[in-house]
Amino acid sequence: MLRIRKAPIAAGAVLIVLFPWLAVLTPGLDNYTLVMAFAGIYCLITIGLSLLMGYAGQISLGHAAFYGIGAYVSGALTTQYGLNPWLCMLIGALVTALVAVAIGAPSLKLRGHYLAMATLAFGIIVNIIFREEMRWTGGPDGMVGIPGLALFGHSLDSITKYYYLVWAVVAVAFLFAINLIQSPVGRALRAIHTSEPAASAMGINIAHYKVMVFTFSAVLAALAGSLYAHFMNFIDPNSFSLFFSIKLIIMIALGGMHSIWGAMIGAILIAFLSFEWLHHFGEFEVVVYGAVLLLVIIFLPNGLAGLPKMVMERIRR
Amino acid sequence: MESFTFTHQLFQFMVTGLTIGAIYAMVAIGFNIIYNVTEIINLAQGEFVMTGGLVMVFVHVSLGMPLVIAFVLTVIVVTLLGVVLDRLAIHPIRQPSVMTLIIATVAASMIIKGAAMLVWGKNPYDLPAFSGRVPIDIGGVVLQSQYLWVIGFLVLIAIGLALFFNRTILGKAMRACADNADAARLVGINVQQMILLSFALSAAIGAVAGITFTPIALMDYDRGAMLAVKGFGAAILGGLGSFSGAIVGGVILGLIESFGAGLLLSGYKDAYALMVLLIVLFIRPSGIMGSLELAKFKRF
Repeated sequence: MLRIRKAPIAAGAVLIVLFPWLAVLTPGLDNYTLVMAFAGIYCLITIGLSLLMGYAGQISLGHAAFYGIGAYVSGALTTQYGLNPWLCMLIGALVTALVAVAIGAPSLKLRGHYLAMATLAFGIIVNIIFREEMRWTGGPDGMVGIPGLALFGHSLDSITKYYYLVWAVVAVAFLFAINLIQSPVGRALRAIHTSEPAASAMGINIAHYKVMVFTFSAVLAALAGSLYAHFMNFIDPNSFSLFFSIKLIIMIALGGMHSIWGAMIGAILIAFLSFEWLHHFGEFEVVVYGAVLLLVIIFLPNGLAGLPKMVMERIRR
Repeated sequence: MESFTFTHQLFQFMVTGLTIGAIYAMVAIGFNIIYNVTEIINLAQGEFVMTGGLVMVFVHVSLGMPLVIAFVLTVIVVTLLGVVLDRLAIHPIRQPSVMTLIIATVAASMIIKGAAMLVWGKNPYDLPAFSGRVPIDIGGVVLQSQYLWVIGFLVLIAIGLALFFNRTILGKAMRACADNADAARLVGINVQQMILLSFALSAAIGAVAGITFTPIALMDYDRGAMLAVKGFGAAILGGLGSFSGAIVGGVILGLIESFGAGLLLSGYKDAYALMVLLIVLFIRPSGIMGSLELAKFKRF
């Protein structure tokens, strides 16, 4: 039914590999590699969120918290105990998985808006903890001196090297997600999204699958957070606020909820919007984001990924 | 002497908690009105409170209109905002689902918040208390008169809504939509109009909350989200959809927050209400007065 088409994946991969060279060669775009590194970090989160929202039909308004837990576990363990950053990344992912199960298991048994509200409350609580637990998090001022990453004794100290690391991780997550959708798990998820009673009647354990996807998306967000922390060498609570959770929703909605490709396109577009194109709006960017989100929800319910199909249907009529 | 001041302090926490709780109850009632008719969780509910406070500051302080006229004007303005919200953000959605509707209200709240920042800037604004700031002295305990105004307005709203939903045709029509929208349509009720009315009504109540709260806690553009989440917490605690539950839930939440901030860690002031929300969602999602059986008949 749904085959993996290899051509677009290959084209995308080539584009990602060549991007830093193209950016350096084109005058005025040399900053774009940095933006694309951030875009890769966002992609990692939106790939998981796309599975959760587009395939399992659940909305999370608190993924910034998981992103933050990954970043803060990495930051706290490296700066305070001098542990290996890769190990910290792993611990961050494990901690996040446990937290996600604890939050997800009770609220995913319920329908509709309960996960949305539980994650919303959870996200705000975690952000307050980041601000208040000075001893571990550095409080509102944030945490400095987080070490960078090294691979086989080779330090990833330039933006381009880090760009390739981030996108390599994204590639793994992407392939995993694409294959997951094709697998029985993916079919079960789509069945749940279409009709929960029908899926349940077919013997699908709904709560089990939902918790699994929720946890997977949380772990991806935690990995993204660790990558962010070791890249920036500095983190503060503002990067993990409710606004970022909503930004993630905008990425997914803009790109298209029902497509992993859409999730990545949305993440890249919002990365460029927030780092390059919305500068002159300053703090009023919130109005622009709100307007974009509302327009997309009303006029492009399937996001940019659904645009070709919509245009084709218009033409045919 | 030590214990004497401590009891005073406890009393102070209680009065503050009741007052904040009354505000949360008003927000929760707003949630319930819209939820009952449309089954939408309107996350822009807190923005009604915020605009209520700031518009009142503009009309009453900047334009210098008398209190009562300014009050009425502000409620009208915010009610119109609720109508616009329904017409521009909720009504046009062609594939309504929990997800798209929640996202639409989030988007609307971002636009309202950003617009408020454009108009009023980032500074918090003060409003004169309705009957002055001279504290009332009851047997050695001091009490701000504005607290009584807040609680009084909550009582007024509760009585008004009880009469509206039980004694008027319009209120009964709205309740019919809440029970079964299709059946209501069959007996000739204009469901779209009822949805519009529910947004208008809960915007008006949000405005009252904002107007009465601003003299106590000031108001700035960024307050909406937190008020909305805590108000939702109150609605869930009481039982989503239940008006008496909203009041009980709001008061309990306000008391927990006030005593928590006063006696435990004050930095976690905003977290207590949210923790209660999480615990209720996990242990008893139907709340104190709600019914899980009833919730199964809801679309979302």
